[in-house]
Amino acid sequence: MKLNSDVKMVPVPSHSIIPERDSGKPVVLEANHLGIQFGGLKAVDDFNLTIGRTEIAGLIGPNGAGKTTVFNLLTKVYQPTTGTVLLDGKDTAGMSVVDANRMGIARTFQNIRLFDKMTVEDNIRIGLHNQVRYGMLPGILRLPSYWQGEKKQHQRAMELLHIFNMEDLADVRAGSLPYGAQRRLEILRALATNPKLLLLDEPAAGMNPTETEELMRTIARIRDEFQIAILLIEHDMSLVMGVCEGICVLNFGRVIAKGTAEQIQNDPVVIEAYLGKQQEEA
Amino acid sequence: MIPFLTNLVNGISLGSVYAIIALGYSMVYGVAKMLNFAHGDVIMVAAYVSFTATQYWGVPPLVSVLMSMVVCTLLGITIEGLAYKPLRQAGSLAVLITAIGVSYLLQNLALLIWGANPKVFTSVVDFGGIRLFGGELVISDEIIVTIISGIAVMLLLTWFTGKTKMGRAMRAVSEDKGAAQLMGINVNFTISLTFAIGSFLAAIAGVLLCSSYNTLMPTTGSMPGIKAFTAAVFGGIGSIPGAMLGGLLLGLIEVFGGSYVSTELADALVFAVLIIILLLKPAGLLGKNVQEKV
Repeated sequence: MKLNSDVKMVPVPSHSIIPERDSGKPVVLEANHLGIQFGGLKAVDDFNLTIGRTEIAGLIGPNGAGKTTVFNLLTKVYQPTTGTVLLDGKDTAGMSVVDANRMGIARTFQNIRLFDKMTVEDNIRIGLHNQVRYGMLPGILRLPSYWQGEKKQHQRAMELLHIFNMEDLADVRAGSLPYGAQRRLEILRALATNPKLLLLDEPAAGMNPTETEELMRTIARIRDEFQIAILLIEHDMSLVMGVCEGICVLNFGRVIAKGTAEQIQNDPVVIEAYLGKQQEEA
Repeated sequence: MIPFLTNLVNGISLGSVYAIIALGYSMVYGVAKMLNFAHGDVIMVAAYVSFTATQYWGVPPLVSVLMSMVVCTLLGITIEGLAYKPLRQAGSLAVLITAIGVSYLLQNLALLIWGANPKVFTSVVDFGGIRLFGGELVISDEIIVTIISGIAVMLLLTWFTGKTKMGRAMRAVSEDKGAAQLMGINVNFTISLTFAIGSFLAAIAGVLLCSSYNTLMPTTGSMPGIKAFTAAVFGGIGSIPGAMLGGLLLGLIEVFGGSYVSTELADALVFAVLIIILLLKPAGLLGKNVQEKV
């Protein structure tokens, strides 16, 4: 990697920003020289990122920088044209979206994609689909394993709903929840798939400052409770700077800076990407 | 009074058959977002399997029903795997035309195997039926079995889609395939399963229908198929309670229209009602009106 090697304040490569507590443990995600091309457009190019076991990392950048494309590459919605994604040390080349999910990657969406017509609990149960297993036949014949499976799913769903104190909303249709609750439900649904790495695509979008602050605390709490890594895309800098340990800045599909919140805030390249180049005074 | 009750019972019975077929149409549409026009012909295959088993192999009627269920379930999975799965990324028009192609293929295969002459289908049930009101109202055994099967299918399916893991997966896939996949739902398996269930239902409907009407030809499935499709649209395609309601109403309209208005106009009446309903409620009776987002 030859990015910004002259800018000394940006640690390269990124594993240098893995938090202390995760050093020595195998990393959860390693993206090497990841790239995807749509026709002539390199939407993402030479993207490198390492995320520690329990790291909360941020992916920021101006609109159209390719952040969501990176999420789609990591979750195998797109197959990369170049580079590899190692999840828990295993190469995900050729894997399907479902395989990647089963291996421990889950996500939320920029524009909420809940199953609107289903209840809150059923949305979470979809996330639990591969966690609580019983066969088709026990399901149809209502054998004991069906009841046990259903009971386990219900308990697990309630435990998850408890994180956001949403237990009493279990039977409400997801589509009729208020906006903030829908965002929270999406996080829970993703958590239900038992991920090692949780990808949050603009979790604070449309939230007010109080809600954002609460969300920030919850993200940290989820990490502590579930001992998972979280990578989030966010435009709300107070959230990013407040909760992310490592931050990666993307512009025009390329990583322009990596580092801690403090390092990123003072990086001239980042400031330029967001605000434009400062005119030199005469 | 008695003619009215007779019509009512007949209407519910015919409606149950339509509902069972419509459920297959509607579920497949909901999950795979395609109109499976070969669905009606699976009904015909079911009837032929049962017919062949009882007439040529001397299998007891009930066992022959089980056989046609198995054959049709496998047929549904095979059709989906061979004809529709390769077109998963193709436009809806290509899938629609393929479905029509599969429909003709099944009809012509039946023509090849069983010939063009109508077969006489002997009813698979035979316990004499019941007489009510001092023998004035006769309810045949076929009608009783049809109505009971209809109720059983509706209850089981409502429970299956609402309360089991795979049922939930089906609902999730029908709402948002991409999101379901990202939550670890195997979409291809879910679609195959939907076809299996739909074809299983078609087998039940085929045997019931031919038990009531006794004639069997390679084209037997097309008219009930189209009627059931109408019923599914009538109730709101993609909606399970909608298919049930649509099927029942369609059966009632057809029978009552045929007896009180004109036998010749019964079918025309059915479609006229469909047009009126669709003008008033474009998404069908229980369909959700999806507003275009601007």
